[in-house]
Amino acid sequence: MATRQVARSGLPLMNIVRMKGVPILKQLEIEECLLRTSSDNWCIINDGTDKPNIVMGISGKPAELVEIRPVLEDKIPVIRRFTGGGTVIVDHGTVFVSFICNKNDVADVQPYPRPIMSWSSLLYSQVFQGIADFRLRENDYVFGLRKFGGNAQSITKNRWIHHTSFLWDYEARNMSYLKHPQRAPEYRLARDHLDFICPMKDYISRSDFIRKTIDAAGNHFSVESTEFEAVKSPANMKFTPTSRLLTNHELEAAGKTSIL
Amino acid sequence: MASRLWASKAASYLKISTFNRGFASVVKDLKYADSHEWAKIDGKTATIGITDHAQDHLGDVVYVELPEVGTAVTQGNGFGAVESVKATSDINSPVSGKVVQVNEELSSSPGLVNGSPYENGWIIKVEMSNTDEVKSLMDSDQYSKFCEEEDNH
Repeated sequence: MATRQVARSGLPLMNIVRMKGVPILKQLEIEECLLRTSSDNWCIINDGTDKPNIVMGISGKPAELVEIRPVLEDKIPVIRRFTGGGTVIVDHGTVFVSFICNKNDVADVQPYPRPIMSWSSLLYSQVFQGIADFRLRENDYVFGLRKFGGNAQSITKNRWIHHTSFLWDYEARNMSYLKHPQRAPEYRLARDHLDFICPMKDYISRSDFIRKTIDAAGNHFSVESTEFEAVKSPANMKFTPTSRLLTNHELEAAGKTSIL
Repeated sequence: MASRLWASKAASYLKISTFNRGFASVVKDLKYADSHEWAKIDGKTATIGITDHAQDHLGDVVYVELPEVGTAVTQGNGFGAVESVKATSDINSPVSGKVVQVNEELSSSPGLVNGSPYENGWIIKVEMSNTDEVKSLMDSDQYSKFCEEEDNH
């Protein structure tokens, strides 16, 4: 049985890993490996990913969520990730923050989607205090009525991950690769994507956001830095990640389905 | 008043007991795991699903990841997942054995897990490799108490 790691402060330990420009598929592989094979708490921060990628949730159907023809023509990778939730297009302007926790180290949070989502919003409200009208609206982080952060989770028997893609900045033309999803939050109303989202850069710099997020994590955990090198290769060689890149064949088949 | 009387008669007929607060239901004669799955034991076969407590806490299920028939399952380990809200949540097997049937209806109607967690929302049937494992599961009274303690924590 793993020993619970507690700092002198009495707070549970959390390893902070800061990355920059790591491919999103690699980030997802690292996260799923840590969720399933580590017994430590982790905060993974990836400051931008290397190139535009579309990332769907576990049950995402490309025919419904993605404009297949332009995605194939422009060779945009489409990934299905191990967590639930919706579809995003991420690039160098996206800042990713992921919390991987033992449920016993966040004992006042029941290991279910909504309590975890609430806990995360409390943490981020500390980040944005005095900066913007931040709130959790349905399952999104918003300033007012505009979404700037999308969330997803995976919950195992004793651990969970809550990860967020923050739109620090984005290219409007990339959003046109995504369809209006069937399952959209009520507060979106009938807005086009560009009327529904907003860039974080209008409110806070990248470095301030990352620094304040680590500070906010420090209110709940005793945080220590861990090098990316320590996590980039899975320690447990038996582990096989489930996030994967969809093949052109799969996308083409989806494209035929969406025409029917 | 009449509907409450009807509900308690129906509950008695279905062998369902409700918590004091009228929240999640349990079914007598089922066995329960502390990860909120139930097992209905019939000889060497166990039918498995998630409890009313679990489905209530998870929210609307929009997708169920089912194992292949023939997959080996181990007591306490994950064999599939449900997606609800923005989360995938592992489903753990209360018993060890081999999957002999999966509920294909869940592919088109994942909401059965919410609407009928103990009946039409069953997830897999397992041919058990060790029926003694059932002794380590909770009965309905023990599980009711377990849920109450967990929710009060």
